[in-house]
Amino acid sequence: MIPTPEEQEVLWLSLRVAFWSVLVSLPFAVAVAYVLARASFPGKTLFDALVHLPLVLPPVVVGFFLLLLFGRRGPLGEILEHWFGIVVAFRWTGAALAAGVMGFPLMVRAIRLSFETIDRKLEAAASTLGAGRAGVFVTVTLPLALPGVITGVLLSFARSLGEFGATITFVSNIPGETRTLPLAIYTFTQTPSGDEAAMRLSLIAVLLSLAALYVSEVLVRRAAKRVRGDDADSRH
Amino acid sequence: MTLIVDIERRLGVFRLKTSFEAGAGVTALFGRSGAGKTSVVNAIAGLLRPDRGRIVINGEPVFDGERGIDVPTPKRCIGYVFQEGRLFPHLNVRQNLNYAGLFSRGMPASEFIHVVELLGLKDLLDRRPGNLSGGEKQRVAIGRALLSSPRLLLLDEPLASLDTHRKNEVLQYIELIRDDIKIPIVYVSHAVEEVVRLADTVVLVSAGEVAAVGTAEEVMGRPDLHTGVFEGGAVIDAKVIEQDMQNDIATLAFDGGTLSVTKVDALIGEPVRVRIRARDVSIALRRPEAISIQNILAGTVREVRSERGGEVDVAIAVGGVVVRSRITQRAADQLGLRPGLSVYALVKAISLARAGSP
Repeated sequence: MIPTPEEQEVLWLSLRVAFWSVLVSLPFAVAVAYVLARASFPGKTLFDALVHLPLVLPPVVVGFFLLLLFGRRGPLGEILEHWFGIVVAFRWTGAALAAGVMGFPLMVRAIRLSFETIDRKLEAAASTLGAGRAGVFVTVTLPLALPGVITGVLLSFARSLGEFGATITFVSNIPGETRTLPLAIYTFTQTPSGDEAAMRLSLIAVLLSLAALYVSEVLVRRAAKRVRGDDADSRH
Repeated sequence: MTLIVDIERRLGVFRLKTSFEAGAGVTALFGRSGAGKTSVVNAIAGLLRPDRGRIVINGEPVFDGERGIDVPTPKRCIGYVFQEGRLFPHLNVRQNLNYAGLFSRGMPASEFIHVVELLGLKDLLDRRPGNLSGGEKQRVAIGRALLSSPRLLLLDEPLASLDTHRKNEVLQYIELIRDDIKIPIVYVSHAVEEVVRLADTVVLVSAGEVAAVGTAEEVMGRPDLHTGVFEGGAVIDAKVIEQDMQNDIATLAFDGGTLSVTKVDALIGEPVRVRIRARDVSIALRRPEAISIQNILAGTVREVRSERGGEVDVAIAVGGVVVRSRITQRAADQLGLRPGLSVYALVKAISLARAGSP
């Protein structure tokens, strides 16, 4: 089964949207996860709830809020366009934003769990060897949290590939611009005799998901081994 | 090197109130588990903030509650070897050893080679911590601390999680460091053998407070201070004056006479430290003849203390040192032991605590 040029376009757009949504949200997710795992401050519960909101809200609601905030007339949309020259409304960048927001809580949860299981005594040991806070974070905390980071990246990537409700509400269903895999499948199911095309795209989606799962499994296993401190060839 | 510690800290219901000074060599913080020893070294390292007081290293205050000084841990330049090693699992041995170099606390390559050779780490460099034995882990941890340009080395029960065989192995390496690198060491332990073997100065910690400070000879010989902590006895610093190779017996001279001890691995003129347990010392009023005991020391009773279980602890001054004897109350009464009485201490066994070091 060789994808048609139209299918290829949908596929590449989906991958591009997912890639950028993950890449941009990752640093924020690491920061938020670290704060939630380590800091205690008034209003932490509320902050925690806000981070998790996209997980429980109907995606359409999230898309609607994004439209209000990031539309060309929205307060944040204006800032983005004025200062960074980035327009997100009805563009593929908007689809990436929607996907990133929807995947954010999943990413934060996985990374936070990882931070919470780290033996903080190792961080104390690092500080006696001259590492300041930032040094400890970069050389000990983050590397030890790597399995969680990889899991978070995969979850959010998969969520991005499957994002539908927030995307269609926020940036509509524009062929070649915002019509990602789920939107294209939806479109075909709405047209007479589109079943075959919908099936072909669905198969692509299945293959893509399997590949992503496999890659992440391999990476997580390797990272977990590293974090345990085993040699490459486990002799003992 | 001088280390001045004078701190107070509340930890729940436990109150830490510790004050001592330490010089060069090995200072042992000695006391039973839960006495607050680890809290003291954590405070020295900056991992635990005292409520008040001060900590001064070589005249530089690293903590002073009144003046608001609290130098952060990374800036204190203190090497810390933890009980559980705490090697970084995601780094191999070489990277662990070089870790301090990432933060401009590293040392020149020559020093790296020196420490690797001293601690026998050459074959471990590319291994990962997960596959090292307990003893190997502690050796790497010691090397890592040494390679962080420390002005003081803290060792917190580094042998606690090792079996007897490994304990001995690591202990030998610690002795090597003490004698070769000459870095001041604060050594935390509740094991009397380790303290007697390593320490120059002993700080006895009990319930968060310093119960005694002094040389190993002084502190380890005081039975009143550590009843129940370890078996009482005397620690004597002596010097080898004769080696009878044929019978493997060495003659040691100390401030009070001579001792014959078997299997002393030291040259003539070298200092050694021996330990005589109170239970291994009997008392006679006259010098016994035709007896197998080789070490009979003439001395004067200085003190007779009643202990639990119908026993007494007798302190006998032999020259400049005090030998202790643990006998029953009845035996003491029959002999009429009292301070000032001339007696003979019959020493049945002597254990060598330290040999061949300054």
